[in-house]
Amino acid sequence: MATPTTVWARHRKGRAAVGSGLPGWVFLPAAVGGVFIVLPLLAMLARVQWSSFLALITSESSVAALWLSLKTSTASTILCVVLGAPMALVLARASFPGLRLARSVVLLPLVLPPVVGGIALIYTYGRQGLLGNTLQFLGLKIAFSTTAVIIAQTFVALPFLVLSLEGSLRTAGRRYEAIAATLGARPTTVLRRVTIPLVLPGLISGAVLAFARALGEFGATLTFAGSLQGTTRTLPLEIYLQRETDPDAAVALSLVLVVVAVLIVLATRGQGDGSR
Amino acid sequence: MSRRCSTTGLRDVVAAVAGLSVALLVVSCSSSSTTASSSSSPAASSSAAAESTLTVLAAASLTATFTKIGTIFQKQNPGSSVTFSFAGSSDLLTQLIAGAPADVFASADTKNMTKATTANLVSGTPVDFASNTLTIVTPPGNSAGVTSFADLAKPGLNVVVCAPQVPCGAATASVETNTGVDLSPVSEENSVTDVLGKVSSGQADAGLVYVTDAKNAAGKVTEVGFSEAAAVVNLYPIATLTASTRPELAARFVDLVTGPQGQKVLADAGFTPAP
Repeated sequence: MATPTTVWARHRKGRAAVGSGLPGWVFLPAAVGGVFIVLPLLAMLARVQWSSFLALITSESSVAALWLSLKTSTASTILCVVLGAPMALVLARASFPGLRLARSVVLLPLVLPPVVGGIALIYTYGRQGLLGNTLQFLGLKIAFSTTAVIIAQTFVALPFLVLSLEGSLRTAGRRYEAIAATLGARPTTVLRRVTIPLVLPGLISGAVLAFARALGEFGATLTFAGSLQGTTRTLPLEIYLQRETDPDAAVALSLVLVVVAVLIVLATRGQGDGSR
Repeated sequence: MSRRCSTTGLRDVVAAVAGLSVALLVVSCSSSSTTASSSSSPAASSSAAAESTLTVLAAASLTATFTKIGTIFQKQNPGSSVTFSFAGSSDLLTQLIAGAPADVFASADTKNMTKATTANLVSGTPVDFASNTLTIVTPPGNSAGVTSFADLAKPGLNVVVCAPQVPCGAATASVETNTGVDLSPVSEENSVTDVLGKVSSGQADAGLVYVTDAKNAAGKVTEVGFSEAAAVVNLYPIATLTASTRPELAARFVDLVTGPQGQKVLADAGFTPAP
């Protein structure tokens, strides 16, 4: 009985690499892959003009773009949670004909090029689009508004939340829900008291992923919403425009976006570890 | 058992890490050496493969016309071929500065050509070979009833223009200054193509694009010309590059563009001859 305990202790003590049970050669392509991701970021870092960095990222247009990006990404993340959480619940728990098809369709924005998403959105919510007349009748002006940015971001970010939360729901299983139901809890109570607390880490990491995707949204926004400072020109669009005249400013702003992204990734990682 | 396994694993990892660092060292060494010589050697090796292939970097707005001129060039120079790379002028300049092997550069504005000259990329003096002016486009039918540049400032009209940072936007800003009409666009796009897309899809009521773009999109947009446009002329300069491995052939291409045959192709597409 003592031996397995010591082995286990050694496993815990040693690096994950030692106790992983993987063949050693796997680490070579894995390390190359890691370098493949990190190297371009370091290369960009080397190009930052530190002397003018602060001036570049605090210019009026940069601040307006960063602020707009944070506002719209927050709004679209809220929309993603409100719409995506029920979608994930339905996909993970319900059973109806065409469920597999529904899942594939939900994930479509994930594989579509963002420009295609933007074109599709124009022909849906645009002035001459499918819902154009209805929206105009309701007095809603979506074209070239911040609303258009949020729609574009929600469209591309929604699958991230659904996918992540659906995974958590499947991993969590139905046992606790079934027990709660046999104890007389109504479906809404089960959802509120059992399911949601159980998958909360998954919901949070899904929301953070959706936020990150919304923050980086470029193609659909440019195609569907346009580009105007303070209204529709988010940080990625500002970077793309600055590149035309001031590459230094573009690099500086890119770094800001990378830092925000790194913070987001760290936040989710921390969340994930804490839950385990 | 388990202990021996884990030590072997550790040894493997050490070996792998050592191997990787060597591999990376090799990669970084070789990559730095290619970067150093990239201005000459890749161009030399690629031209050795195809006997006389000319690489022309040209502004996106020249796609249709230069493709036609390229066909004429290949007929006139049997055995030679032309490869085009069409993109925004500032993108092409970035590629040139990064050492892209090319023989000819045609820019959609003087600014980017001047930058190329300053960076010692250009051999000789750039020649202006065409010019372009702005025009108003509306969705087919012009339901907003735009008839003049001043009409674009009407409240409630969704007007889309290029951002001042890009050539078409700089031209728009000049027209605004000249006419004293202050536009409040709903969007400032990165390229003429984006402006055209917003207008042809009916998202915007009007947009400012080049005459050649409007002509190219005939049927999808209605063109509304305005007299003030003539005062703001955008010049297209062309030049052979110092990195060219066949300067003679490159010069022949430039001659074709500036000569009567090239000028006819450009005029047919709506370009005005350079003054």
